[in-house]
Amino acid sequence: MSDKVSLPAPREAAPDGARGEPLLVAEGLTKHFPITGGFPVKRRIGAVQAVDGLDLTVRAGESFGLVGESGCGKSTTGRLLTRLLEPTAGRIVYRGRDITHAGRRELAPFRAEIQMIFQDPYASLNPRHTVGKIVSGPMEINGIDPPGGREARVRELLETVGLSPEHYNRFPHEFSGGQRQRIGVARALALEPKLIVADEPVSALDVSIQAQVVNLLRDVQRELGIAFVFIAHDLAVVRHFSQRVAVMYLGKIVEVGDRDDIYRRPRHPYTHALLSAVPEAADLMDTPAGGDGSARASRERIRLAGDVPSPIRPPSGCRFRTRCWKAREECATEEPPLLRAEGSGPGHLSACHFPEPPTVERTTEVILDPALRAAEGHTESQPPNHAQ
Amino acid sequence: MTATTPFLSVRDLYVRFATEDGTVKAVDGLSFELERGRTLGIVGESGSGKSVTNLAVLGLHDPRTTEIEGEILLDGQELTGAPESALEKVRGHKAAMIFQDSLTALSPYYTVGRQIAEPFRKHTGATRREARLRAVEMLKRVGIPNPALRVDDYPHQFSGGMRQRAMIAMALVCDPQLLIADEPTTALDVTVQAQILDLLKDLQQQTGSAIILITHDLGVVAHTVDELLVMYAGRAVERGTVREVLGAPRHPYTWGLLGSMPRLTSDVEEPLSPIPGAPPSLLAPPPGCPFHPRCASVAAVGGDRCRTERPELPAGRGAACHLTPERQRAIFAGQIKPRLR
Repeated sequence: MSDKVSLPAPREAAPDGARGEPLLVAEGLTKHFPITGGFPVKRRIGAVQAVDGLDLTVRAGESFGLVGESGCGKSTTGRLLTRLLEPTAGRIVYRGRDITHAGRRELAPFRAEIQMIFQDPYASLNPRHTVGKIVSGPMEINGIDPPGGREARVRELLETVGLSPEHYNRFPHEFSGGQRQRIGVARALALEPKLIVADEPVSALDVSIQAQVVNLLRDVQRELGIAFVFIAHDLAVVRHFSQRVAVMYLGKIVEVGDRDDIYRRPRHPYTHALLSAVPEAADLMDTPAGGDGSARASRERIRLAGDVPSPIRPPSGCRFRTRCWKAREECATEEPPLLRAEGSGPGHLSACHFPEPPTVERTTEVILDPALRAAEGHTESQPPNHAQ
Repeated sequence: MTATTPFLSVRDLYVRFATEDGTVKAVDGLSFELERGRTLGIVGESGSGKSVTNLAVLGLHDPRTTEIEGEILLDGQELTGAPESALEKVRGHKAAMIFQDSLTALSPYYTVGRQIAEPFRKHTGATRREARLRAVEMLKRVGIPNPALRVDDYPHQFSGGMRQRAMIAMALVCDPQLLIADEPTTALDVTVQAQILDLLKDLQQQTGSAIILITHDLGVVAHTVDELLVMYAGRAVERGTVREVLGAPRHPYTWGLLGSMPRLTSDVEEPLSPIPGAPPSLLAPPPGCPFHPRCASVAAVGGDRCRTERPELPAGRGAACHLTPERQRAIFAGQIKPRLR
């Protein structure tokens, strides 16, 4: 497919949309989903604390990555930022306007500027609509008539995303997964948005197709200067796409910073554990065939115990403490604030009482998994581990 | 590859499905061997035939719509065309399978302990009490805390990682000599995936069983398997030890897969180098080399060979490609490897 994005008409420079300026600011953003139960009268018996007190800033024209494991609240965050969900608490400010609880009518102008790309390219396109109708839908809803007409604009957009303008009258089922995701991208671009929230846009695609779509999104982001919130669980993909990255765990941001801060100088133990758990084929690339198997010597090896705790009853204090090898009493009683740790660069914040040294090279292994400890014959005393 | 008969030997395997649109050639002439105590990784994208191959090995396909040809020898026993009664003795006892989705693979109606104990009772004739003790022991081995209590839990009471462990316990309960793990970690988070892969490796060291690990993720195989088979459109396109295949890949498709994956250390300014196009339809695979419509090396081979002649995979280390091994090495070292930095 095309390597280069052919640019649609240049947008007019918005006075408050200059690159680097805060575009979207979230403060103390919280979403609790109530759980009801009981008989005969249903009442609220608890809440899933999906997102709990999130502070983040997305600057104009930047790509902001959100990583974390399933259930950490990254998708909920994306839906809150686009106001598809109503926040329980906190504030969302878009270009200086508080849109936290803005109504449908009030939101309408912002909805055109904030678009979304969804994970499932099969479920997110209406099977009864032609590609032309799908991509022109946003223009129709917003009553926008671009010069030259909607159809010409759609054909231009299809070309931008690497499809053929002749695909205008086809239906989604005639396309492969990767092509459908391109249609989704074209639809998101239709209104020349300032911000696109992409929720796992490539994880449903095959490896070889994933790379095509990642390249397309990168070109779109860079050449059109659109700010992106890129939500994904794949750390390598997020690194490749994002200038700034936030790591989430159980509804909170545990670390945020520039790409290299997070991937080369992480401070939070969870970020270390996540990075060390990524299996990499490239580890074998440099070692000659028939080596001794120590390909991973320079990379960390941290094996956490158990799974992420339930967001219904998250651990007290630091939410990561139940799986952390550094946890002490303080971690159970006091929640660590998201701060710049000593030795971290500006804009690199982490939420840990006992931050790790800023490097990903490690000489000792950390293995908390009881089955692995047994299998590998570790006999020394257990590290502090409150899991299960 | 030794002179004696290997533990598992698959030769010229063909699997075809009859569908409304025609015959799908899901596996199109596949051969491989596996020894005890070794792990074979099979990588490929969806529709490459990697899962179908292993369902065929265990006879788990639908006999009404599936046509299987070829030879599957497990420890000297022919499995293709074997009667269901013979296959039942093999499944769960000599060979077992771990599935991707533990929530659908475990029955929600029975306790985890009962599901682990069932194959044990069936194959060894153990009593209910013995089987229960065995289930507790297995749960302990795969690292479930409080196994004596958790044995009476239902699958929904387990977390995703624990369910996957329970499924491994179920597969290992009869000490199978062959374990087939079909995308065992795809549904799991990375931190849990790392635990499960390490666990499989350690359990193998204890039991000496052979493992087939099926995955789409080249990263997963890098630290887990000994030998690697890369599949594309129902055929094996490259084979070798994992070090050979990932350290110095020979087939243009393997190059494409590696170039498609960003790494934690790659240069972020460089765009990824994806494989153009999409995998072919197995209803009507392209003539000649099935990869040629997406291949950048067709010109390097020259002439019409890639379009007309199907390349064969040599025995042992090698790739099913018309490029000579020397050209493969040269292209990888000169053009591909620098881009993978």
